[in-house]
Amino acid sequence: MSENIAGLEAQFNQRIAEGNTIEPNDWMPDKYRKQLMRLISQHAHSEIIGMLPEGNWITRAPSLRRKIGLLAKVQDEAGHGHYLYSSAETLGISREEMFDQLHSGKAKYSSIFNYPTLSWADMGMIGWLVDGAAIINQTTMAKCSYGPYSRALLRICKEENFHKKQGMEIIAMLIASGDKGKAMVQESFNRFWWPTLMMFGPHDSNSPNSPDMMRWKIKLKSNDELRQRFIDMTVEQAHTWGLTVPDPKLKFNEQSRSWETGEIDWNEFNAVINGHGPCNHERMQSRLNAHHMGQWVRDAARAYEEKQRLKNNAAA
Amino acid sequence: MTEQKIHDQWDLWEVFIQESDNTPHLHAGSIRAADAENALQNARDVFARRGTAKNIWVVKTEHIIASTPEDAPSFFEPTKDKVYRHPHFYKYTLDDELWKKP
Repeated sequence: MSENIAGLEAQFNQRIAEGNTIEPNDWMPDKYRKQLMRLISQHAHSEIIGMLPEGNWITRAPSLRRKIGLLAKVQDEAGHGHYLYSSAETLGISREEMFDQLHSGKAKYSSIFNYPTLSWADMGMIGWLVDGAAIINQTTMAKCSYGPYSRALLRICKEENFHKKQGMEIIAMLIASGDKGKAMVQESFNRFWWPTLMMFGPHDSNSPNSPDMMRWKIKLKSNDELRQRFIDMTVEQAHTWGLTVPDPKLKFNEQSRSWETGEIDWNEFNAVINGHGPCNHERMQSRLNAHHMGQWVRDAARAYEEKQRLKNNAAA
Repeated sequence: MTEQKIHDQWDLWEVFIQESDNTPHLHAGSIRAADAENALQNARDVFARRGTAKNIWVVKTEHIIASTPEDAPSFFEPTKDKVYRHPHFYKYTLDDELWKKP
């Protein structure tokens, strides 16, 4: 029996090494399955909770153009949540279980969504920084070894590009509007810069899951590598707009041709991850409300289906 | 309570989308829906928000019969050695004039 498992595992490793995808009914090590369940469900939860900070501004968008853009973006996030929950379900975890994990606080979601959205400039900042960071993560992960997750990410990446662009348009127009608009952007940038860098997770030296994840191609680049790619891209963009990166230690390293930042406040990161961010409580309350208030819709649709079915059966 | 939990989410459906004329319906992913009409609407809202769909099929996931990966080698085996089903197995053509030789 154990010989059999060893054979299956060798086959599995070989398929990954050859760049093939693993599909739902294929044999896979338990740990691979568990890691993926955790990863994909966390990603799904992030999409769902991620609707809340932006949903906050839909009714207060400054124009119809901005309102339809923001609505479409939030709707995409609901769609992305669906893709991801479905791909996690192929691993044998039910949607109910995942919701339970989210609602009981057992499952995590991206720490960035525990920060408040205080001004309209934050809508631009989320598109530019948060979606910018997510795109870097997701385009890399789209090449991962698990077929359903990889395919979901390809769809997500295709749709996500407009999210970043609409954010950059908001920022550009606020800056163009004059000193007041620019100050609003700078204030928002000051609040979002560091939490966005935290989105990439702990330093490689402090990321216990990474070696297995890398070998199995559930993770393709390290946290620090992706973070650095984001920093190099974003610092240049900030300078083009005349914004100041809120980091007195930021400096350009001529040798590596990349930007070096000061140290991230990991105490803050850990506090937010563990439920003590500025909005953790509010986000969970909103999520629970939405879930409970939607219960009658789920029940009604099911009751209607049952009634129609009985009617059709009686007629037949 | 357990009963209600099981039924808390709607049934699982698979979605197949045809993107344009003369292309096949391709598997896009899964959705949850209470009935067929609801399934078509949800499939549209989740997978076709940008006008890239011409037609959608939905089918309950439980109705899909799939071959099993473990059986793949034996299941597909009989086709492996039938090279005569491919054109390159056949050598003589009008051009090479081999047919003229005795």
